[in-house]
Amino acid sequence: MDDFFLGCSLFLGGLIMLSLYRGIFGPTVLDRMIGVNAIGTKTTVLLIFIGLLYHRLDMFVDIALAYALLNFIAVLAAARYFQKRKGLYERLY
Amino acid sequence: MVIDLIVAFCLVVGLIFFAGGTLGLLRFPDFYSRLHPAGKLDTMGSFLVLLGLAIHQLFPLTLGTVLTGLKLMLIVVFVFLASPTATHAIVDAGFRAGLEPWRKGDPRR
Amino acid sequence: MKKDAAQQPKLDLSPPHQEGKRSGSVYGATFILMMGVWVLLSGKFDPFHLALGVLSSALVSYFSADLLFSEPLTGKTIRTAFGFLRYLPWLLYQILLSALHVLYLSFHPRMMELIDPQVLRFRSRLKSDLAQVTFANSITLTPGTITIYVNFHRDFSVHAIDRFSGEDLPGEMERRIARAFGEE
Repeated sequence: MDDFFLGCSLFLGGLIMLSLYRGIFGPTVLDRMIGVNAIGTKTTVLLIFIGLLYHRLDMFVDIALAYALLNFIAVLAAARYFQKRKGLYERLY
Repeated sequence: MVIDLIVAFCLVVGLIFFAGGTLGLLRFPDFYSRLHPAGKLDTMGSFLVLLGLAIHQLFPLTLGTVLTGLKLMLIVVFVFLASPTATHAIVDAGFRAGLEPWRKGDPRR
Repeated sequence: MKKDAAQQPKLDLSPPHQEGKRSGSVYGATFILMMGVWVLLSGKFDPFHLALGVLSSALVSYFSADLLFSEPLTGKTIRTAFGFLRYLPWLLYQILLSALHVLYLSFHPRMMELIDPQVLRFRSRLKSDLAQVTFANSITLTPGTITIYVNFHRDFSVHAIDRFSGEDLPGEMERRIARAFGEE
């Protein structure tokens, strides 16, 4: 079963590399933000896989929980940073 | 043995959801439509993968493994609460920045 | 247009709660929730760690009880909680169905011809804030639709990825939420 988990985590690592494309070359800043958010979600799962492979799951679960919290707060803070104007709302309402 | 099969099924389906989310993130034409696969399919994928791992580590059944399984489910609950909020924050930022949603026939952005 | 203006709710500027009106049930519920999270995260059951947990949960519930429950708990709150629990399985089933639809879209070779993004607008009939928040978050949680904005007059703006994802809004989801929150 450990080999299977290793394969799964390598696959997830590959997906993270693919998401990094959107993080680097995204045409707008918000595209980069989506890419970084997607990487964070995948990293939370990857941390659990690492814990299973090292047989220290009880420790890595806490790290993953803290990582999920930090990822959420980071996205919220970065999104609030751009909320300065009314933008398209002026036309809608 | 049956448990291993269930776990493998959960992991494989979850990883398919992750792969679909990443592909959609790369292929969809604009920022608003990229949010659909990136924000939601990843939520579904992490739900299935974490459920599979929680079932796998539950054996042998002791207090420690039950607590770890509950913590894994806590991560799932948190992701289900946080993901729509983060998605909405990004959409709101895009709307305020004045980005037009992509319509059929426009060039890719 | 004039008919709509008559239906709009009156502006209520009073704060949602007054100081000194918080009841014991709010403190109790917050304390029990905090203590549950403490036990789950620490995983130790000796008297020292449990005492630390009781102390910190009591402090947190004393300072910020009104953040979690803004009004005293009554029988209606408990009925709403059970209604919400009955709503959850249906929501999970809907999320699974539309996740499969978005998965099909994102793997499809001719995806660019299938998708047709559009912004839908409709007016909801849900009254309480909590019901509207649940509705907006359920829409966002269902793949294929994202709530962009909800204004004071309960107008929802929803971004849908194609015609299929957005066609049954508000529809059944709003009806089920109204039943769960007792607004039928």
